[in-house]
Amino acid sequence: MLRDKFMEGFGTLVRSELSVLFRRRRTWAMLATIACIPIFLAIAVQLSGSTIPPGEGPPFLDRVSQNGLFVGFTAMILAIPLFLPLTIGVVAGDTIAGEANTGTLRYLLIAPVSRARLLVIKFIGASAFAIAATATLMITGIIVGLILFPVGPVTLLSGDVISIPAALLRIALVAGYVTISLMGLSAVGLFISTLTVIPVGAMAATVVVSTVSQILATLPQLEIIHPYLLTFNWLGFADLLRAPMDFHSMAINTIVQIAYIAIFGSAAYSRFTTKDILS
Amino acid sequence: MQQSNYAIETQGLTKSFGSHNAVDQIALQVPRGSIFGFLGPNGSGKTTTIRMLLGLAEATAGTISVLGHAIPEDAGVALPHVGALVEGPAFYPYLSGRDNLARFDSADSKADPKTRKARIESALARVGLTAAAEKKVHAYSLGMKQRLGIANALLQPREILILDEPTNGLDPQGTREVRTLIRDLASQGITIFISSHLLLEIEQICSHLAVMSAGKIVAQGSIAELSFSEIHNLTLKTPDADKAISTLNSLDIEARNEVGLIKANVIHNFIAPETIADALVKAGVKIQGFTLEAPKLEERFVSLTGEGFDVAR
Repeated sequence: MLRDKFMEGFGTLVRSELSVLFRRRRTWAMLATIACIPIFLAIAVQLSGSTIPPGEGPPFLDRVSQNGLFVGFTAMILAIPLFLPLTIGVVAGDTIAGEANTGTLRYLLIAPVSRARLLVIKFIGASAFAIAATATLMITGIIVGLILFPVGPVTLLSGDVISIPAALLRIALVAGYVTISLMGLSAVGLFISTLTVIPVGAMAATVVVSTVSQILATLPQLEIIHPYLLTFNWLGFADLLRAPMDFHSMAINTIVQIAYIAIFGSAAYSRFTTKDILS
Repeated sequence: MQQSNYAIETQGLTKSFGSHNAVDQIALQVPRGSIFGFLGPNGSGKTTTIRMLLGLAEATAGTISVLGHAIPEDAGVALPHVGALVEGPAFYPYLSGRDNLARFDSADSKADPKTRKARIESALARVGLTAAAEKKVHAYSLGMKQRLGIANALLQPREILILDEPTNGLDPQGTREVRTLIRDLASQGITIFISSHLLLEIEQICSHLAVMSAGKIVAQGSIAELSFSEIHNLTLKTPDADKAISTLNSLDIEARNEVGLIKANVIHNFIAPETIADALVKAGVKIQGFTLEAPKLEERFVSLTGEGFDVAR
């Protein structure tokens, strides 16, 4: 019964949230910039002409000119540390603080929508953006790869060769892996967004969290906490590029991200449901 | 649900920010079907009170009942029957007026999506925004935003409308339209709770009033209750000041001479105006002008809340 009550009108508000998010020019500008990453990468490789020795530049860079399907992977690795967290910071940091800043938050709450429901819907919105961002990057990567480079069966890290459809499946899995990582960061951003009415502050703080976490992961003295860091497994999807496929790192990363979603989701809930809306 | 005579009722309602009581032990009683004016200078706690009534801010102490439902516990039950404009309208600037209304309507889980379009159109028509409905809100004037805010409050048939400074930014024409709209809504039995610091606006349409000053309610009741049981002002214009004052004194009226005008406070119904005029004429006082009237709401307001631009504290 309680569940029915919570779900009443839920889909309507999710649709409304997505339509508001994806009708903002800012959202499209960020997705367009994300799409530029594989495009510039592919053009740079194409123009340089010379073959890149293995081991130089980002992983897989040397393979891009041999097989266009690697454009997406390489672009993803480039975008994970900074660019994707930046866009997630903007979207997740804006969730509550942005509505509070324009004053629309008070009109949503007296509509009325319960605060718990609004948080869930905001998280769904941020997650939808994470999906859109990784999908944009990978799909653009595939398209420019097809245009600029030969495309064929893919040689995996393990040396095995897989067919193009099997490679596309792995591309989708990597995109899913990164999406889950970004959802963990979204939960952090959602929490920070409940703390302020200045959206830019929440956006910046979210990006800072992701950056600090990545810095901590480079300090060997802190090895003991590394596995618990939000970003520690973000680049660990190499397992998905072996044959047979190994889901071990995917499982670990998913558990860590779920833990972050649970912790920061609860923190956001306890903060937001007791907060006076004075803006 | 217990049926109360009051659409909104608070007891001991208090909101503290640190050691400062922005709202201090107020007992509001808004009768059903009334047009209730909520007056007070800037900073007297009106908007903080409204935020608590709508469950946006939590009371430090005291209870709130809206349509018989406790706030904030049962806000989800009460609020669909309440339309509100709180501290100015707020919209998504990159959406059109129509899309903004759709956004807020879809946040209300009780709102029927099937009737949404029709309800939005009729709310837009009601505030005269149909022609501008497709424009993005960032291109709206302040007055248009204010109208759109009122349209948002009218998306559903409501039992209470809470309007915080509804005519802010409207031109005189718009202000008159809003007043007409409010009277029209009130005639349908909707309780209207309207806060303002503009007295003229309130005086013309309200049936009941509460006056806030420095977080407390300093007067509350129907317009009739507030204007009577009242000291009325006597003003006399005459060249015979001394004679006039002694005549009034003989009638137990304490009069004073203020820059050529004789003024006095007379308890209502203590003495009929014609009796005073008669006595003055008999005493040979030349009368150039004579009035005895209840103080205007504005004077009453100033006497309750203090004069000048000072914020209440």
